Amino acid sequence: MSHDAATDQKPGQHRKQKKYVSDRARAEKRLGWYLAGPAFVIMLMVTLYPILQAFFDSLYAFRLTAPDEREFIWFGNYITVLSDSVWWRDFGVTVLITIITVAVELVLGFALALVMNKAIKSLRGLLRTAILVPYGIITVVSAYAWFYAFDINSGYINSWFGWLPGIDQELNWFAEFWPSLFVIMASEIWKTTPFISLLLLAGLAQVPGELTEAAEVDGATWWERMRRVIIPNMKAAIMVAVLFRALDAFRIFDNVFIMTNGAHGTEVLSLLAYRTSITRLEIGLGSAISVLLFICVLIISFIAVKGFKVDLAGSQGGK
Amino acid sequence: MRKSTGREKMWWAIITVFVLVYALFPVASIFATSFKAPSDLTSGEFLPNGWTTENYEQILVGSAQDLFLSSLWNSIGISLIATAIAVVLATLCAYAIARLDFPGKKLVLTTALAVSIFPVISIVTPLFNVWRTIGLYDTWLGLIIPYLSLTLPISIWTLTAFFKQIPWELEQAAQVDGATTWQAFRKAIVPLAAPGVFTTAIIAFFIAWNDFVYGISLTSTEAARPVPAALAFFTGASQFQAPTGAISAAAIIVTIPIVLLVLLFQRQIVSGLTQGAVKG
Repeated sequence: MSHDAATDQKPGQHRKQKKYVSDRARAEKRLGWYLAGPAFVIMLMVTLYPILQAFFDSLYAFRLTAPDEREFIWFGNYITVLSDSVWWRDFGVTVLITIITVAVELVLGFALALVMNKAIKSLRGLLRTAILVPYGIITVVSAYAWFYAFDINSGYINSWFGWLPGIDQELNWFAEFWPSLFVIMASEIWKTTPFISLLLLAGLAQVPGELTEAAEVDGATWWERMRRVIIPNMKAAIMVAVLFRALDAFRIFDNVFIMTNGAHGTEVLSLLAYRTSITRLEIGLGSAISVLLFICVLIISFIAVKGFKVDLAGSQGGK
Repeated sequence: MRKSTGREKMWWAIITVFVLVYALFPVASIFATSFKAPSDLTSGEFLPNGWTTENYEQILVGSAQDLFLSSLWNSIGISLIATAIAVVLATLCAYAIARLDFPGKKLVLTTALAVSIFPVISIVTPLFNVWRTIGLYDTWLGLIIPYLSLTLPISIWTLTAFFKQIPWELEQAAQVDGATTWQAFRKAIVPLAAPGVFTTAIIAFFIAWNDFVYGISLTSTEAARPVPAALAFFTGASQFQAPTGAISAAAIIVTIPIVLLVLLFQRQIVSGLTQGAVKG
């Protein structure tokens, strides 16, 4: 936004000039924590406490169906999980889904952002309203919409696209790995591309207009302007969008649960954790999977922040 | 750019149609399915051969009524309460971050960020166990508390971004006129901040409304199960009938509030989602 430079000087900064701690400053400090404290404490209570509890539970052999046989086994659960091929298969599927969906969404989201950025005013509202529908819709609803469209019984995709090689009336999309994964990813991509495109739209708005105009005057083609001017200038926004989506895609659960419930090798890590603790009531093992999943997310964030220098604090979080 | 020639107009028309189809087709698809009669479901066609409202009757006044209406009530109640709590707490918190000078500002923001990337499923196992022990399993409160982990962080970030753009001279003017910090906040800033708070509430509500993992893991009956989780438990009118129609109708009903909010507040939602990204 254009007035950003003006508001860049943070309000309240003049207060820092006071070197001594006045009563006023002390009162302000206290008020600051009174106001921010409750939110801060609740955030810790709903995440830090459960993950510590999960870590504690993960050191025990403990299933809810046999509560008396609870036994401390150090890292036994972790060894069980990590030496099981199911964990590694699910890990592979999760990584595969993450990479493919984020790559497709980045391209699609960038195209949508360009369209919204260039669109004349009268169209802009319409376009933004349209893409906010997938953003706001319930993931489970999206999963059912895609599922019923492709399903061999209630679907119409087979009869619409019967002319394509490999598709005919008898194709059961949810009986094999790749076709079911295709529909799962399609639903995921449809639902979350609007978010990435809005982040990219914000980044696009920050590219200085003079730069692109200068490049145009110098005779740069559209592609050259894109590659040399626009993309380098919004690298930060792209990185943040990719990281947020990658972390979100890594937690994929709803679409897989509704469409295949993990059948035909489509199980993802979140579903494995759910199945272990909630369905099979193996609290010890499930907690170990939960902690491992958390560590995966930490590692991804760490690599992104350290390796790619993504400035997370300069951006916004959430789905 | 404004000199739209005929060719350009045509291109924009094509692009617009393309985006509209992209965004709305899956919704149209399940909308069409929701009006199909059971015998019509396997027709292999997009549109129903005869439009019928029997799926809606089944979930609103028929056999699936108890299951759907109770879950709808749960969803509305739990999402609204979780949104309200998150927005109130986040408003206070964001005001402090944007306005006051106190140590630990960065810590609060970083925590919010860390919570927002937290894998939800990692919290579910311990909560499932603890909630069973202390009796919060399958209750509204048992869902409202974990929902805060979804709604609070994004509310804090969005509101902080909004609040940083408010002209604070007004508050100082009020203070010069003798108002205390608290009065200045209430009288001068709240009216200016209200639109940002409202937008944040919409975004937080979307997120709470969307939840599935908590809903399916921490409930077991109609006492607290929200709609997304309830959809997975729908059964057909008879044992041998797939619940396709009923699920589609229920899906359309829970999508209506989303579409209404988007239609009414498109501009606010976009600015809420992008402002934090533009200027953290």
